[in-house]
Amino acid sequence: MCSSRSQVCDERFDGPGPEAQWQSHLEKGTFLIQNCHHCSHWQFPPVACCQHCGAATPELIPASGKATVYSSTTVRSRKGDYNVAIVELDEGPRMMSRIEDIEVDGVKIGMAVRASIRGNETPIVVFTPEEARP
Amino acid sequence: MTSLRGKISIAGIGNTKRWDAPGRNAFDQLQEAAYLALEDCGLSMGDVDGLYCALSGSGLPILNVAERLGIAEQLRHADGTMVGGSSFLFHLRSAISALATGQCSVALVCYGSNQRSAGGKLASMPDPQPFEAPYAPRYPISSYSLVAARHMHEFGTRREDLANVALAARQWAQLNPAAFIRDQLSLQDVLAARMISDPISAADCCLVTDGGGALVLTRTEQARDLAKPLVPVLGTGIGITHRQISRMPSLVETGAKRSGAAALAEAGVTPEQIDHVMLYDAFTICTLLFLEDLGFCAKGDGGAFVSSGAIAPGGSLPVNTNGGGLSCNHPGMYGLFTLIESVEQLRGEAGERQINGVELALAHANGGVFSSQATAILGTAATL
Repeated sequence: MCSSRSQVCDERFDGPGPEAQWQSHLEKGTFLIQNCHHCSHWQFPPVACCQHCGAATPELIPASGKATVYSSTTVRSRKGDYNVAIVELDEGPRMMSRIEDIEVDGVKIGMAVRASIRGNETPIVVFTPEEARP
Repeated sequence: MTSLRGKISIAGIGNTKRWDAPGRNAFDQLQEAAYLALEDCGLSMGDVDGLYCALSGSGLPILNVAERLGIAEQLRHADGTMVGGSSFLFHLRSAISALATGQCSVALVCYGSNQRSAGGKLASMPDPQPFEAPYAPRYPISSYSLVAARHMHEFGTRREDLANVALAARQWAQLNPAAFIRDQLSLQDVLAARMISDPISAADCCLVTDGGGALVLTRTEQARDLAKPLVPVLGTGIGITHRQISRMPSLVETGAKRSGAAALAEAGVTPEQIDHVMLYDAFTICTLLFLEDLGFCAKGDGGAFVSSGAIAPGGSLPVNTNGGGLSCNHPGMYGLFTLIESVEQLRGEAGERQINGVELALAHANGGVFSSQATAILGTAATL
């Protein structure tokens, strides 16, 4: 909060910034994306204003978690090969992520995937194939 | 609005051609290139009143370069825009505006790098990407891989098509005594190269070299009285689409569509009229996308176009005749070298690799991860 300056700061932008808010929700187990209360535009990563209509402080709300693999690469590393993908969320925005619970060569563009929060110390959003789910 | 077509010309070019030069820092490379460019057109450092530069390892490039060149107090206009390897074509556009409006009279666009001898890795400025870094993409290679993979998915582009970009570049390099790598290269060599981030292998990646380059720009009426044949800038354009690859609006279409259309419109020419083409080939996939987005072939046909032999020596469209970033040089940010080769070709100074009768040349540069695009159309005096 900007309490000591409440007379001069615009209160619509008070509180932690959107990236900090997003991170603290992720640490509590929720994957959020932004939705504009004015024009309903979805966006990710979170920023201070709507990138479509310009409205202030779009709302952070839980993502459906449903997504499709938009593109995918296998990084060949001495420590082992791993996936890096861009997924397209059902809401529209795309994000970089990793497809897990599948061999790297099995990841295909167009594959339906679902979000999962993994990692204890520093949680990240990964995606797993829909068909692999119980 | 006043037309800037042909109002400003590239009067001088400088190229150190020192691609592996231990013991020289980035500023040494830059200063030598600046000296050569001024000498090329018969001007001197005392004439420069506009400075344009970007450096991988300096957050305050104008200040560092102005001090070292000894021109700080004579500058009337300066621009250190940093948008990656295309920065120098952004600088070109900025310098054109400043020259045309009289805010300066002699503009120096310059660059230097020691990235090869300083460790052989791409030197990058601090620019954290917290929404991509946790997934450990190989930066910047994986970003280009994601584009290549999507292009293959949508259009059936093959690894062989990408390989043919590398082979064409090498064939041109073999005609350029200044190219860093001129060894024989076969399709099998390229396809057998070590995979780094699928589908991009080591053979799809540009060189890591040192180097320095510079341009001197003046108003065209002044350039007519200088030493070298006139090379007017007929049109320029820029296009910015994103910073992080995950925010690229479409992975198979770049901002080159916008930058190219703007540059061609200002020049009043069509892709069919262009005699010589320079496309920033940081990776083989770049050449394919830029051929498509600049209108040299249809969207999705880049692979087939290249594999037909069109861009190799003897083909229908001379592309990257110096050998490109893949085989000539790539000192971290290569954009300035697309302009230098264009000028050599327009002047008829390109030796064994000279294309006959080049009147119109297109130079295109890329920055970031397909993030910033800039296009310039250059001509001869006959095109004014």
